[in-house]
Amino acid sequence: MAKAAPTTFHTFSSSNPNFQKSSIPPASSSFLKLPTTYSTKCRTQFLTKNSQSIRSPCFSPIKATPSSSSSSTASFHGLCYVVDDNIDTDQIIPAEYLTLVPSNPEEYQKLGSYALIGLPSSYQVRFIDENETKTKYSIIIAGANFGCGSSREHAPVALGAAGTKAIVAESYARIFFRNSVSTGEVYPLESEVRICEEFTTGDVATVELAESKLINHTTGKEYTLKSIGDAGPVIDAGGIFAYARQAGMIASAAS
Amino acid sequence: MAISSAISSTSSSFLHKKDVGLSAFTSSTSINTQFSASKYRANKLKKIVSVMAPQQIARSPSTTGSVKNAMTMTEKILARASEKPHLTPGDNVWVNVDILMTHDVCGPGSFGIFKKEFGHNAKVWDREKIVIIPDHYIFTSDERANRNVDILRDFVKEQNIKYFYDITDLSDFKVNPDYKGVCHVALAQEGHCRPGEVLLGTDSHTCNAGAFGQFATGIGNTDAGFVLGTGKILLKVPPTLRFVLDGEMPDYLLAKDLILQIIGEISVSGATYKSMEFVGSTVESLTMEERMTLCNMVVEAGGKNGVVPADATTFKYLEGKTSIPYEPVYSDGQARFVSEYRFDVSKLEPLVAKPHSPDNRALARECKDVKIDRVYIGSCTGGKTEDFMAVAKVFLASGKKVKVPTFLVPATQKVWVDVYTLPVPGSGGKTCAQIFEAAGCDTPGSPGCGACLGGPRDTYARMNEAQVCVSTTNRNFPGRMGNKEGQIYLASPYTAAASALTGYVTDPREFLQ
Repeated sequence: MAKAAPTTFHTFSSSNPNFQKSSIPPASSSFLKLPTTYSTKCRTQFLTKNSQSIRSPCFSPIKATPSSSSSSTASFHGLCYVVDDNIDTDQIIPAEYLTLVPSNPEEYQKLGSYALIGLPSSYQVRFIDENETKTKYSIIIAGANFGCGSSREHAPVALGAAGTKAIVAESYARIFFRNSVSTGEVYPLESEVRICEEFTTGDVATVELAESKLINHTTGKEYTLKSIGDAGPVIDAGGIFAYARQAGMIASAAS
Repeated sequence: MAISSAISSTSSSFLHKKDVGLSAFTSSTSINTQFSASKYRANKLKKIVSVMAPQQIARSPSTTGSVKNAMTMTEKILARASEKPHLTPGDNVWVNVDILMTHDVCGPGSFGIFKKEFGHNAKVWDREKIVIIPDHYIFTSDERANRNVDILRDFVKEQNIKYFYDITDLSDFKVNPDYKGVCHVALAQEGHCRPGEVLLGTDSHTCNAGAFGQFATGIGNTDAGFVLGTGKILLKVPPTLRFVLDGEMPDYLLAKDLILQIIGEISVSGATYKSMEFVGSTVESLTMEERMTLCNMVVEAGGKNGVVPADATTFKYLEGKTSIPYEPVYSDGQARFVSEYRFDVSKLEPLVAKPHSPDNRALARECKDVKIDRVYIGSCTGGKTEDFMAVAKVFLASGKKVKVPTFLVPATQKVWVDVYTLPVPGSGGKTCAQIFEAAGCDTPGSPGCGACLGGPRDTYARMNEAQVCVSTTNRNFPGRMGNKEGQIYLASPYTAAASALTGYVTDPREFLQ
């Protein structure tokens, strides 16, 4: 069932998708166990030289190989939270919470508990339930220009700390995209077409990076993602520093 | 190991997957028409020192017309900073950073990453190229906010950072001579903005400094941590959109109207990943503060940076502010722009951006039935000396009192002093502060970012209720100034002042003509 990760992901151009329909993982009982997310992201992996990725015990069928190859093969499965266009950083993490310092582990967790708290009350289903610190939605589905506004890195950090693994948007604001990659907190993915109207919060979805595919199991529809390209392995590694060490661009250890 | 040698020279494109489609470039055929500024343009090979008189040398033929590998201003700045003879949009290059600015909101996190990645005893790449400006959450009893300023101070001491604009006595900003206020305005006033340089800041409005003809953009904590250790950043060269603003500016318009016009035209994502270059006779006539307003809001269109070519106005502003030599660059005549937008400024009218997006453009007079609860004058965008002068001018012309609470937050301590000391033209020697008091405004607050971005609950003038506010700030997304259901109309200082006088969104021509 687990399929070998392609090593030539770069050839999967968004204009010429080269997908194998047979690669969709068949549903199994564990497949439907929710909320469950599997990710190849393993923040400590390259610092500890531990080549084992963290696997979710209840969700082994979906394959994943840590990014020794040049392309990301991560996949995610879980519930979707759907937002509209131009979700700015004040809605992702309102300015009053910016006193929290992301590099402080305790405050990192706290930032996560406020993720998307700035969404107006028209979003009746909240991203994080009352009295919870994590979200049950591991995939965010968004419209255009997600993350516009300020350069606060607290925004992708809050989403990552809350338990978001991937965002699939029509497009991103530049600094948010870059901060997502440089921190390795979330995968900022883009869909070929606008999808935020076709998803409903609570839909069950799978993201297959190796195949540039998003599957909405609730509606049965499949969507093509634009390639995340060279940014994928950076996020796999856990951000630019971890990636640069892995790639030998900077010294391997800080004193 | 030496940190500076830790950077590979590779220019692998592991960041910025976007910005493709450069084949869509239009080779603009009409870009030579607005070069009337060239009489001020220095020969690009000559170093300019701030104490020199503005050079009046015509540009030599080699920098116009048939240049090999013609480049835009932004491309040239990045080419020089990456030590490459030529760059094309889409190139990923390691750029040497001239100035890195950080503040109390993002500094602590950036320092945390720097220490984690470079080691607890690591030293910053250059103690004289880092500028640290507490400005966001200063006048608050929020303990974490206060702690963050302490973290800045500790880092400055440990690293012997040269430029730190500290505040220790929060009860009265005036007893803190080092304290400035809003980082972007302070950077300009303290001489850290120089033509041709690369300035990065952990704040999206860092693009403000493009007014000086330099490359300036906002970055996150992780990138800033990297820059702290290495002095370098990997950047993708952006393609440039050119905005040609011609015509005499009517005396009821301000630069804020121009940038709201442009954002309304191209949308909040119209310049994503792109540079925005502002030229034309109107731009040449703008003061440095007005050019800053223009460049400040390019990020509201998604822009990576904005630039105004340096000229005599720029050189004059810099006199006495910096002793560091600088070298301006200018777009070549044959440089390629993604597209070019032209505006006849003489035909524009005062604008607002309605809730909840900076591109939700409307004429101020179209919104005359919108009842408002308050007016806010402040921020890096609309809290400079000339912004307060503009507000005073409207109050003076009307002779009336404000009908809604009107909050004034000078961007910096220098602006605050100006508000209390400079005579307003035509007032018989009155200061802005006197005119504001006579008009019934709230006493000007302590300089800083204030309520522009909401901030801690006890921030002065924070919008804690679901009210309607006309504001000279830069963003009006839900919750920006505090309350999530609050409504913010972005406007020029003229329009904000006129609205304060009527209690409705008001076209300033009602008072200025």
